[in-house]
Amino acid sequence: MPQTLNYLRETASQTAGPYVHIGLAPGAAGFDIYRQELGWDIAGRNAEGERIRVEGLVIDGTGSPVKDVLIEIWQANAQGHYAHPEGGGPVEDGFRGWGRVITDFDTGQWGFETVKPGSVPGRNGSVQAPHLNLWIVARGINVGLNTRLYFDDESDANAADPVLNLIEWQNRRPTLIAKRGLQDGKPVYRFDIHLQGEHETVFFDV
Amino acid sequence: MRQPAEYYQRDRTLHPPAYTPGYKTSVARSPRQALISLENTASEITGPRFGHGDIDPGDNDLISNYARPGESPIGERIILHGRVLDENARPLPRTLVEIWQANAGGRYRHRKDTYLAPIDPNFGGCGRTLTDENGYFFFRTVKPGAYPWRNMVNNWRPAHIHVSVFGAAFVQRLITQCYFEGDPLIPICPIVQTIPDPQAIEQLVAKLDLNATIPLDSIAYKFDIVLRGRRSTLFENRLEGN
Repeated sequence: MPQTLNYLRETASQTAGPYVHIGLAPGAAGFDIYRQELGWDIAGRNAEGERIRVEGLVIDGTGSPVKDVLIEIWQANAQGHYAHPEGGGPVEDGFRGWGRVITDFDTGQWGFETVKPGSVPGRNGSVQAPHLNLWIVARGINVGLNTRLYFDDESDANAADPVLNLIEWQNRRPTLIAKRGLQDGKPVYRFDIHLQGEHETVFFDV
Repeated sequence: MRQPAEYYQRDRTLHPPAYTPGYKTSVARSPRQALISLENTASEITGPRFGHGDIDPGDNDLISNYARPGESPIGERIILHGRVLDENARPLPRTLVEIWQANAGGRYRHRKDTYLAPIDPNFGGCGRTLTDENGYFFFRTVKPGAYPWRNMVNNWRPAHIHVSVFGAAFVQRLITQCYFEGDPLIPICPIVQTIPDPQAIEQLVAKLDLNATIPLDSIAYKFDIVLRGRRSTLFENRLEGN
């Protein structure tokens, strides 16, 4: 008789539903309960690098903004290190590299402030262009969607990025590239995420 | 540079697909293009870590964390407990588990919930905790009620608690829902039924746990959570994941 493989099976995902804010951002649901909510400060005060703002909309297959979405951000610091034992090196005190944002219930706008990350090692000695890792959950999304945000002022690094180059359809790569602008003299990157349709954002099975 | 030990590929046949028209909201919110598969890099095998400075000791007690002094919420007092493990059956210590739920009448404390069942003045409906060194966690709460939702005209969600877990890597990130043993709404719920695999649904159903029940106080349900496992890298000494 052959031996059985005694692995456990991953717990199945379910949608975060319409009231995800109660659990993960109770202030937005309309009540204060915790001493501190988690995820509002991604980089901390001591982080080196350029301070940037990122903002956008999540848009559904009908072209409407999704107003009940929650996005988590995971990023390296300006030196390309993640705040993790296997993250490649030390990070500044207070740099968590993780954040959580929700949309404005009326407009669907979301935004967050952080520092621009540095390049991170890729596989087989390659170098990945600076990027933010995003995870998107909402009502109607059965399994959280993973995507990446790259920066349009990093065109040389983007052209050599192993993940962008993995996308066979060149005309889909720009869906991952945020556009730099200025707002009150400060750098802001615009990144709209299209869940479905003509401009559908590339999502990853990571 | 050394290649990081990878996480097992997610078995997408046990997870719900994106497009599940019985759950209507998924129709316009599901990508139509195939996901692009990525091999793990530092961006995938790392993830945020949390400590006891981030949360407070009473955050896992929903019976007291929003109650007025001397009062408590109305409903069936329960303990929800279990372990967070990976697919290799290794416990995941010090990982953040967050939950949220409706009150005993199926009403959420959320400005967007307009269901006519009343708010409970002593119940907030959220909690969070870190697993201990054995991956163990517990919450005290009241059992949530079923509630109606606008999908088809007469759809009711089974009693459920939303559960969010981190693990050690961003690729282990998971949000799911915990249901309760014996609930007849489970097999007819369009959201539950987005999951194609009956065994995977069964794994979302918390079991009555008399051994953990506190006599004359609270009944208990056990809910173990399994996150993705990690490959061993042969012939290398690793500090973590092995």
